[in-house]
Order: sequence, then C-alpha cells, then structure tokens
Amino acid sequence: MTGAPPPGLRLNGTLRFGAQVLFRDLSMTVRPGEWTCLLGDSGVGKSTVLRLLAGLETGAALEGEAGATDGAPLEGRIAWMAQSDLLAPWLDLHENLAMGARLRGEPPDRDRAAELLERVGLGPHAHKTPHMLSGGMRQRAALARALIEDRPVALLDEPFAALDLRTRAAMQELAFAELAGRTVLHVTHDPHEAARLGHRILVLTRDGLVEPALPAGLPIRDAAGPEVLEAQARLTRLLLGETRA
Amino acid sequence: MSRPPDPARSDPAGPDTSRLRDRVRDRALVAAILVGAWAAVAWGTGAPAFILPSPLRVAEAFVANAALIGDHALVTLAEVLAGLALGAGLGAATAVWLSLSAPARRLVMPALVFSQAVPIFALAPVLTLWLGYGIWPKILVTVLIIYFPVASAFLDGLRRADPALIELARVMGGGRWRILLRIRAPLALPDLASGLRLAAVYAPIGAVIGEWVGASKGLGYLMLLANGRAKTDLMFAALVALALGAVALHAVLGSLATRLERWSRTGRWR
Repeated sequence: MTGAPPPGLRLNGTLRFGAQVLFRDLSMTVRPGEWTCLLGDSGVGKSTVLRLLAGLETGAALEGEAGATDGAPLEGRIAWMAQSDLLAPWLDLHENLAMGARLRGEPPDRDRAAELLERVGLGPHAHKTPHMLSGGMRQRAALARALIEDRPVALLDEPFAALDLRTRAAMQELAFAELAGRTVLHVTHDPHEAARLGHRILVLTRDGLVEPALPAGLPIRDAAGPEVLEAQARLTRLLLGETRA
Repeated sequence: MSRPPDPARSDPAGPDTSRLRDRVRDRALVAAILVGAWAAVAWGTGAPAFILPSPLRVAEAFVANAALIGDHALVTLAEVLAGLALGAGLGAATAVWLSLSAPARRLVMPALVFSQAVPIFALAPVLTLWLGYGIWPKILVTVLIIYFPVASAFLDGLRRADPALIELARVMGGGRWRILLRIRAPLALPDLASGLRLAAVYAPIGAVIGEWVGASKGLGYLMLLANGRAKTDLMFAALVALALGAVALHAVLGSLATRLERWSRTGRWR
C-alpha cells in the first residue's frame, strides 16, 4: 500500500429487490483504517452490502449511495474475497496469486506470492491446481490472493468459513497483521470471529443495523480469552433474537 | 491441516489402458456383428455382386485397388483437414468477436442462424461454379458446415463463463481483452471442445458433398465413378475407407477435446 491514507466506506439508502424491501433507510459507515465486522443471519443482505460497496451487480436497486468517504471512486482500491474461493481451476496456486497482476498487465511479484503461500501454509502446494486441494486449502489460497492485491480497502465475505478452528485462528491473525492500517469490511455469521477481530462490530438484522458493545481490549483479541467469549455469548443472544442491543 | 487430496491422482497408467482395451474390444465386436449381418444378407439373398457385393469381395476390391483408393483418400483427407482448420479457426474467431460486442451479436447472430437454414447440399453446385473443380469448393463446403457448430458452442461458453470469477477479474482491474484471454477463454474450452467433436463428424460429410457435385479426385468422386461403372465392390471399398478415416478423425479430435476439457478443469492435459 502506498501514499494516501485508506478511505472509509459509506452506504446510505433503501435497497429493493423488485417490490420487496431488503433494508430501508440503512445508514452504515466503515471507518478508515479499521477492521469492521458485519454480523447477521444468512440471507439478511450482508453479502449484498459488500457487493454494493465493491460496485458489483446485486440484482437489487439501491436508492441512495454506496462508496468511499473521500468521494473518489473505489475502483482499483478494493481487494475482494468472495464466499467461494473463485480460484481458476486451470492455474496452479502460484499462478492464481499472479492472476491480478496478469489481468492488469503488470509483472507478477513471484517472491511475494511464494511468501504468502508459505504463510498460509500452502508452500508445499504452490504448484498444485485447486482440484487437488481441500476446501479449506482453497480458501486459504483465496485469502493469500486477496492479500497479494495490496489494496487500501479489503472486502472479505466469510473468508474463514471453511477452516477448522486452529487454522481459522492462525489465518485470522495473519489477515489481521497483513491488513493492519487498511479499511476492512468483514462479513461473517460467526460471533466469535467478530468478537475477536472487530475494531467495530455491526449487526445487520431485518429491522436494520445495530451496533452492540465491543469486547474489552483492542483487536486482535485472544481467541479463548474471557472478553472474546463473553462478547461471543452476548452476540449469540443478539443473533438469536433473545435480547436487544 | 493439509489433507492428502484426491487419491485418484496417484493412479498409474493402469485404469486408462484397460478402459481403452475394453473400448476397442466392444467396437471390434460391434463391427464384427455388422459385417456378419452384411455377409448373411449378401449370401442369403443371393444378390448379384453389382447390387450387393459380399464383405469378402469388397475386401478383395480394397486390396486390389489400395493404391487408387489411397491416392483419392489423400485428396479427401487434405480437404477435410484444411476445412477443419479454417472452419474451426473462423468459428472460434467469430465467437471471440461476438462475445466482445453486443451490437455485433444482435446483428450477426440472426444471420448466422438463418445461414443454417440453407441446405449446404443446395449451395455446393454454386460453389463449384464459382471456384471450379479443384480443392477449394470442397474446403469451402466443409468450412461452411462446421463453422456454425464451433462458433455457437464456443460463444455459449465465453458468455456463460462463471460470472463470479469474471467479477473478481474486474475488481482486480482487468480489461475485457485480458479477461477474455486469461479467464473467459480457458473457462470456455470445454464448450469449444464439444464444438470440435461435432466438427469432426461433419467435416468428412462436407468434403464428400463437395466431391459429389463436381470433382476429378477424392473418395466421393471415386464412389460416384465406381457406382456409374457398376463396380459396386470398389464403391463399397471407397466407402469403407471413408468411414475408417471419419472414425479415426473423430478419435483424434475427441481425444484433443477431452484434453481441452481436462485442462480447463484441472490445469492438466493428461
């Protein structure tokens, strides 16, 4: 990342799917340089929010605005990691990490690709193609590919969902360190993950956006620490609809 | 955390060869049954050789005229291969062009579909009139016959290519030419492969249509000539040569198509 500070993100407005209103008068901001977790049930519109910010087709009509707080277009400033790994099946992991550079006509950074693959634990698999790897390994490769993009804004959609507990904790730490100082919007349905990673936690419910209290301390927090586990319990109750924030 | 994936990868050449052996055996069996039925009808009905020659007689004619059949077969083969290369190349290029331009699709697609309504057989005499009796009208008929299946299959693939991967490529900052070359085309190779499989079946038909309309060389010409002189056994021998060539072509292009599909899904040719 070079030069200018990362922008914040803003999404204001009402989103409709045909006649159905997905959310009304939503007002959401993501502060620059922070890791913001967006929690919520499946189907509540978390991914749609991410896609609106990334400028991708959503099949929905937004009456309002979505973009960067500095007013400049987000194009070219986003690393996007989708729910599915979206690895190119004909390219080995090394070439999958070079995909962004090749698509831009830039020389790929081979050393950085090798380093990132090593750090996500795929060093020995760099020359395998995705079909030879497990779902968790593919997701780690997709994470490495999002990190190599080196963009000021990262939009992550369930980036750790396919990982086992230990790998997940390690990948959270890696991503948090690599993306430090950047603006991150991280969609997840895992309260523990949000409690661990968020500088800020937002919960998207059918009634709108809620901002529950944060666990004590700064992220990244201890995965098994009492603050995180307490916040996980609280967020779980919130998602179960048992209390209000 | 790194589970050993997909045990099927570690197999030696074993299963592939034994599957090939099974296939060859099955096909030989079918061929034997067909030839047997043919022989039974020929001998059973007692039909004269100029109406229905026995398989043995056709085999004799094949051997006796091997050099003649070979000469004509080479001409037909050249027509088929040139037609395939040109037709598949033009078809693929058209698909690329149409995939990049919505106005071109709107204007050109109806014309392409309409062109398929014109029977190539009816067009062949005109092509001979324009291009003469040489190799070119045959190549052109072949091109016309395989152009559309290749173009339409590849275009379908280019347009259907995984939309999420295309979106990612756009977010990464890829222009449409680079996305076409690096993402869409590799994803569409299996569709191009099915177009090529069809082309392999149609290409010999195209060349023979061209030869029937007017030629002085080629297996189609030889068949007409033999038929006209009541050398039915030679006609059948030429037909057998044509059929064998068509089957071989289908096998070669089929294997190429399988490789394209495999590479697109796994990054490996074999």
